[in-house]
This record gives sequence, structure tokens and C-alpha cells, in this order.
Amino acid sequence: MVARHGKPNRPLAGDDAMKENALSWMIGGPALTGGVNSSAEVFAKACARAGLYVFSNIEYHSNIMGRHISYRVRTSDTPVHSHVEQVDLLLALDSETLFGTPEYQDYQRHGGHLHRVAPDGVVILDAKAKIDHSAIERDDIHVVALAYDDLVRESVEELGVTYNARRHSVMRNMVPIGASCALLDFDINHVVSLVAEVLPAHRQDMVEMNRHVLLHAAEQARRAYAKEEFHVTLRPRPERNGHMLIKGVDAVGIAKIHAGCGFQTYYPIAPASDESVMLERQQTQYPIVVLQAEDEIASMNMAVGAAHAGVRAATSTAGPGFSLMAEGLGFASITEAAGPVVVLWQRGGPSTGLPTRQSQQDLRFALQPAHGEFPHIVVAPGDAREAARITHMAFNWGDRYQMPVVVLADKFIANSLVTLDDLGLDGLPIDRGEYWTLEMNGSEPYRRHRLTESGISPRAVFGTPGGQYVTTSDEHTERGRIDEQVENRMAQMEKRMQKLDLAAEEIPDEWQYEMVGPEDADVTIVGWGSTRGPITDALPVLQSEHGISANFLQIRLLRPFPASVVREKLNRARRVVLVEDNYMGQLGMLIAEQTGIKLERMALKYDGRPFSQDEVVEAVCEHSAADLGRLVLSHP
Amino acid sequence: MVVADTERLTAKTFGVEDSHPDWCGGCGDFGILSAVKQALAKLGRPPHEVAVISGIGCSGKIPHYINAYGLHTLHGRALNVATGVKLANQDLEVLVAGGDGDGYGIGAGYFVNSGRRNVNLAYLVHNNGVYGLTKGQAAPTMRRGQKTKGMAEAAIQESVNPIGLAIASGYTFIARGYAMAQPDLVDLIVRAVQHRGTALIDILQPCPIYNDLMTIDFFRGRDIGHNRTYRLADEGFDGRVHDPSNQDEIVAKQQAAIAKSFEWGDRIPIGVLYQLDAPTYEDELAGRLPELGTSSLLDLAAPGQDISRLQDAYR
Ligand SMILES: Cc1ncc(C[n+]2csc(CCOP(=O)(O)OP(=O)(O)O)c2C)c(N)n1
Ligand code: SF4
Ligand SMILES: [Mg+2]
Repeated sequence: MVARHGKPNRPLAGDDAMKENALSWMIGGPALTGGVNSSAEVFAKACARAGLYVFSNIEYHSNIMGRHISYRVRTSDTPVHSHVEQVDLLLALDSETLFGTPEYQDYQRHGGHLHRVAPDGVVILDAKAKIDHSAIERDDIHVVALAYDDLVRESVEELGVTYNARRHSVMRNMVPIGASCALLDFDINHVVSLVAEVLPAHRQDMVEMNRHVLLHAAEQARRAYAKEEFHVTLRPRPERNGHMLIKGVDAVGIAKIHAGCGFQTYYPIAPASDESVMLERQQTQYPIVVLQAEDEIASMNMAVGAAHAGVRAATSTAGPGFSLMAEGLGFASITEAAGPVVVLWQRGGPSTGLPTRQSQQDLRFALQPAHGEFPHIVVAPGDAREAARITHMAFNWGDRYQMPVVVLADKFIANSLVTLDDLGLDGLPIDRGEYWTLEMNGSEPYRRHRLTESGISPRAVFGTPGGQYVTTSDEHTERGRIDEQVENRMAQMEKRMQKLDLAAEEIPDEWQYEMVGPEDADVTIVGWGSTRGPITDALPVLQSEHGISANFLQIRLLRPFPASVVREKLNRARRVVLVEDNYMGQLGMLIAEQTGIKLERMALKYDGRPFSQDEVVEAVCEHSAADLGRLVLSHP
Repeated sequence: MVVADTERLTAKTFGVEDSHPDWCGGCGDFGILSAVKQALAKLGRPPHEVAVISGIGCSGKIPHYINAYGLHTLHGRALNVATGVKLANQDLEVLVAGGDGDGYGIGAGYFVNSGRRNVNLAYLVHNNGVYGLTKGQAAPTMRRGQKTKGMAEAAIQESVNPIGLAIASGYTFIARGYAMAQPDLVDLIVRAVQHRGTALIDILQPCPIYNDLMTIDFFRGRDIGHNRTYRLADEGFDGRVHDPSNQDEIVAKQQAAIAKSFEWGDRIPIGVLYQLDAPTYEDELAGRLPELGTSSLLDLAAPGQDISRLQDAYR
């Protein structure tokens, strides 16, 4: 039975009390020209600088100019890792942000965001934009209209500068921020200092102009806002102002540099290429070559070559590119390359699918990405910090087990901004695996695929004196010669596959899974990857608002699969809810295959949008109340 | 295993005693293998500093018979793998080998883009006109209207002109060799390896099993009374660009090479068709990070890089 959920106007977390630092903010407008991204990112950064915890995520079309973008910023006094359905402040740069698109624009229809505004929330809009105020039809919220362009013009002219739209209209993005600061009682100087940092030396004259725009926007917003006080205020927490605000793509890039990855290949694709572009910028500072290849087949095979030559190598892609990497992945595995590390930033499939949207649809594909039976490791981080740390470990595993490693991340991790103290890379072990040297063999020829007890054959990096060997994508002997004899075939198959058992045994528990929350709980949520954020945020809410004690079994290592521990945890659980961003419940299928346990209660989402904290709360509440089986969520 | 003495390198040094080619008798691949080993002996690099990367096909098996590092990769991907190997360790001498199907068919995209990139590699294409290993289907080099004994019907697709394609793709050394013209082929391989940048040698390779059109007798010209192949150098052809800053000379030399590449029939040119000294991909990388001008990534990219500055940029 399919239960579909998604009642747009249902308040999910209504709360009338004064909320300090617990803000849900959203800006919407057209891509590129609207300044949506810069407004949101500057505001998020200002909040982070003020010592607040921030989580910020974006929704955008696969389009460069004009289509709708919405960008959320959530702040808190405790770490946050997800968004909530309602927004306290909605900044609308156009009509679409409020009402969505007219019916006839079928292919990009959406319902707008007006229904998300919390009771007593505020809509701030551009008075000059073509917005039909009478259509707002909500008397439980407030509307503040500001004339963005006039405001910028006045601010510039006040400083004795002649207004020039081409030059000065970029400062429009300061208007929503200034207005937000006013309502939130947040000092605009948090923003001004950021502007000064971002502007180049010869543009510092713009700092003062920006400050004036912020000031005027704040003043006018305060005047236009009817009420005394807005119910959310932002109080700086100077004791915490050192944390980072970072996206998953950047966190992974930094981890690759830290791990000594010398060679990264890529072919442009959303949402993966931001990671490679970040690394490209580091090429003058660190020993890393970032090569933009002609396609993902080339990307993959170049990385395999570099890995055989002894350099830590990586590539990064999304589903369509990963499809092309299949052949090279099998090649890496049969030739026992040390890696490469492949970061798969999932997006909505199949085919071109939803290029810029969230999904967890590629789990089963990542588990069996190519023909034949071969070992590789698949590991899924739950957030940006885990993505960095797991990427670091992935290089160790590639070197140690001499097989490719797939880091299965997604758009939600890639594009979301989150505050972190650090990436947690310091002190992680470095393991380059077993090397072969001339002294080890004496006069015997080197055997690249030597049968050993562990299955691991010490590797001679190309260039090692005396280690000349050839290996091949054909089945081969210990010495890498093509061979089709049955005994050898079986021995080499077993040797390769055996390495997976070793990996399962050696990889410490913390990289295999985590049980978040109390050992014993009414409900055990099971998931993998980026649903970690909304799930961990939902746990305390389930307890405090719904009296449901819940814990979360996050499975990180998907191949080799920690079957016995998962079986044990699930057998002990009272009520299990599987949460996944896909249609089929792919982790559920894997669990059934590996443990024999079939998870009946599922909360699935395949609308191309990530789970919110509220959706997890809602799903667990519904599953606690009744036996629903398969529950599908969407809050368009 | 002993490390070879560079003072006394011979073709035998690069041979593998206990691994025997499984090519058919009379196959041109034997000639190419022999020339590669002789060329390596002349080049003076010890076996462990050489890597031979190949595709899939009869030709792709060549690394198994050479004492050097080697990867027998995937059909059409040899250039990709070789690019990764070379950029990881520039101290290696990297040779790439594969069939005409491998390079000009399934690997055509990589053939083109490797030319643009100009990594310091020597690429030997075994041009036998057919897909040998899959039993004689037409390779992209098979001319329209031709039909070998193994083909069911005559080719109805136009053939690719590898030399013209290489010129258009930016290869900086382009030559044609003939598998049975040993001293010439050895010399071409030596020059291709010594060239800084991506060097292509399209090597005409008889496949006596499947291609009864491009036989040894055909190249010898039994039917016309003289060798079909002739040396470009003997006719004063000079494909080398002497002044790389002179765009006119570059264009003229490229046009001359393309014109020569169409010669076929009673006269088939052999030798260097084009050569240009241009910055390699490695040179460009050293422009970004000067250390790469003197050291390999293998030595530079150590785990544990200090990322505190990078992390702080996000604070
Ligand atoms: C992706 C893929 N498709 C098809 C094949 C089958 N296959 C093996 S060799 C070959 C053709 C070889 O022809 P060529 O590259 O000219 O090499 P030759 O055998 O003539 O030396 C093909 C199509 C393969 N190995 N991989
Ligand atoms: S089929 Fe042709 S190319 Fe292949 S080994 Fe035999 S003769 Fe050589
Ligand atoms: Mg061929």
C-alpha cells in the first residue's frame, strides 16, 4: 500500500514563543541575475561568523539564467544538519517565489513558497517586482515591501556618487540581508566586515556603499514592519566564532589534498564538478594535478594509470559519468590498482534525470557498477565532515586492499553549507599498504598478483628497480600473464574476493556504522548517506515533542557490508523505520540480501528533494501510530 | 631478478624469455615487437624505467613480451591509462601500443584529445586494416569499397585518415612506419620516444590471416615490380617545423603532411611526416607549480599535506 504524504499548508513545527537564534530563512528568485546565491551565502556566513550554528541548502533548476532558485539558511544555538519545512522569513525577489509558476508553464511548475511561511512570519519583497499583493491571502503573516532599486540608488547618491545601474545594482543583494538584520535585531556590521573581505583592494570604496544599502534597508524594513518585535532574534555567540562554513564538495577537496592525492581527473557534471574546480584552484599551492578529461571513461582510466604508477589518484562524478566509468572500475579491480578513489555525488536519475536535485538512487548501481565479479569498497558519508574523513580513509583502503573505492555522496552533501569546527582530518591514520622492493625476492621474478594468506600482494610501483611486471585486464597468473587455466582462475578469483573479507575484518567499526541516540529506543531509524542530517536533527524533536524515543542506525560501509552487526541491531530493535531518498528502498533490499531481515516500514522520497527534519519526524510519527508499510513523502 | 646494467643494454635485455607471443606466423606484430626492443636498447633506459601501455587486440598483447613495466588495459583506453602513468611519474619512459580499431575506432575520442594534450608519450598504432582479435571485421582504416576474404561484404563506410586526424588533433610528431622495414621502424621509434610531446607512429602491419589486401607481397610490390613503400627522407621531404614561432611554416608543414597522407596505391610514404617543438602538458603543469618541472608527482604528493590554511579560508 502506498501512503502519499504532503499537505502543503500543514504547519509542521509551529511555535509562537520567542525564539533566540532558531531561525529558518529563505530567499527565492531567478538564477544568475537575482543575486539569490550571494545574498544567502553572505547572510549564512555572517551568522556563522557571529558564532551561530548554520545549515544552508539550495534548490535550483538545471538552467543558468532565469529559472527559480530557493536558498535556505537555518541557524541554531546547537549544531544543525538539516532544514525544516517552515520559514520564519521569506525573501521574495519575484512573484514565482511566493506563488510558483502559472499552470501553463507545465514543465517548471511549482507551488511557490508562500505556504511555507510560519504563522506570524514575514515576507519581504521587492515593491517594484510584479507581485500581486492581494494574492497573498494570508492574514497570519506580515508583508514588508521595499523598493530595492530605489534603495540602492538613494544609498549611492547619499555618498555623492552618481548612480550607475550597471555598476551598482549588484548591491541589490544587500537589501534582503539588511532587512533581515533589522527584523532579527542582528547588527549589520557582521555583514559589512564580510563585504570588506570579499571585495578586492581597488573596490574598497564599495564597502561604504554596501553599508549604506544595508542601513537603509534595515531602517525601511523596521518602519514597514507593523509589529513591535519579530519573534526570532539573532544573538551573537562570540565564544564560538571560529568555526568554518563549508560545502561538502569543498570539504572533500580539502581531504583529498590532505591525503596526498596527486592526481584528480574529472569531466564537468552537476553536482560533482564544484569539487574538481575547487581543487583546480589549489594547483599552484599543492602538488596536485587536476585534469579535465574528454569524458568519464578517460577520467577513470587516467586515474587507474596514475594509481598503478604509485600516486594517490581520484576522480569525481555523478550518476551519468559513473555509468561511463564502469569498465575502468572493473579494470582497476582485476589489475589490483591501489585505488582510485571515486567520489560519486548522486543526483536524481535515471539518465539525465534531475541534474541538480537530490537522490540516493545509485546505491545498488555503486554496489555492482560493472560486469563480472570483483572486489571494490563502497562507503557512504552522512555529511560534509564525514565526507572529508571518509575520503581520507578511502585512499588508505585503496592502497591497502588494492582496489577501487567508491565514496557515495550526493547533492545534499555537495551543495549544503554547514558550520564545522574543523574537518576532523588531523590524526587520521595514513596507510599506503604493502610495497615490494628488490630485496624481498632475491633472484626470483616478482609476482604482482602473488597468492598470499591475506590475499594482498605487495605492490611494486612502476619504476621500482627489478620489479618489472605486466598485468592485464584479462585473467592472469601471479605474474600478470594472460591465463585461462581453471586452477589459476579459481585461485586468482578467490585471492581478489578474499581481500573484501580482510577489509570487512580490519576496517574499524566507526567507519562501518554508527548507532546515534540511545541503545534502546521505541523506534530505530535505519538509513545511509545524507539522510543522517535530518534524521539526527529529528531524534530530539521526536522525544521532546512527540514522546517517541528513537535511535538511528547509520550504515556507512555498504561493501563489504557489516551484516552481523546490522542483523544484531535490527533483531534488538522494537520498531524499525527505513528512511531513504529513493523509490525502491535500496538499502532495505541490501539489508534483506545480507541479513535475511526484511524491513517493512519505509519512509521514501523520490521527488528530487532532500528529507527535511520535519519529514523524518512526520514519518516516524506516522509509522509509530499505524502499520503503514511503504510511506512516500513530498512537501512541494 | 637483477637490475639491468644500462651500459650493456641490448634488444635481448628487453626480451622476456618465458613468455611467448601467441600471434599467428607471419604477423606484422612480430616485426613491431622486435623494433620496439631494438629501439629501447638504443634509447639506453633500463627496463624498470620503461612502461608499455597497450589496448586490447592482437596488438594489445605486446607488453607481455617486453621486459619493462606494462599494462595491458582495455579496448581503446590505452592512451588514457598511459596519460595517468606518465603524469604520475614523469621519469618513466612511456610507450603506448594498440590496434587501429583500438586507437581510431573505439578510442577515437581519446586519440583526438591526447593529441591536444601533448603529454610526453610515444604511441604506436598497429594498422592492419582489420579487427584481428575479433576475427577480421573491418577496422576504421579499411577503405570504402574494399573487401578482405574475411569480410562478408565490402566496406561501405569511408576510412579514417590517421595522419590527417593526428594533424587536426595537435600531435607534435607524426610518422608512418612499416612493420617489416625494421631499421627504419627502429629509427622512427627512437625518434618518437625522444620527441618531447605526444608522438604517433601509424605502423602498417600485415595481418596474413584476415587481411589479404595489405600483405607483405603487396608492400613489396610483387605485382608492380617495385617496393610500394618509399622513404620520405629519400625524396627530400622534411616534415619538421624549423621555426615553431612561424605560424606560416606550421601551416605549410601540416598541409604537406596531409597531402602526403593521401598517397596510396603504388607509392606509400614511410617516415616522419610532421614534427613540431611545442610545450608539453608537463611543461604547462610546471608553469602552474614549478616543482613539477624537476620532480614527479610520485615524489611530491605525499600524504599529510598541511591544510590548515585551506581550512581557515572557510572560517
Ligand atoms: C568494450 C569492448 N568492446 C569489444 C571488445 C572486443 N574486441 C576485442 S579486440 C577488438 C578489436 C581489435 O582490433 P584492433 O584494435 O584493430 O586490434 P588488432 O587485433 O587488429 O591488433 C574488439 C572489438 C572489447 N574487448 N571491449
Ligand atoms: S589475426 Fe592477424 S593481427 Fe592477429 S595475430 Fe593473427 S596475423 Fe596477427
Ligand atoms: Mg587492427
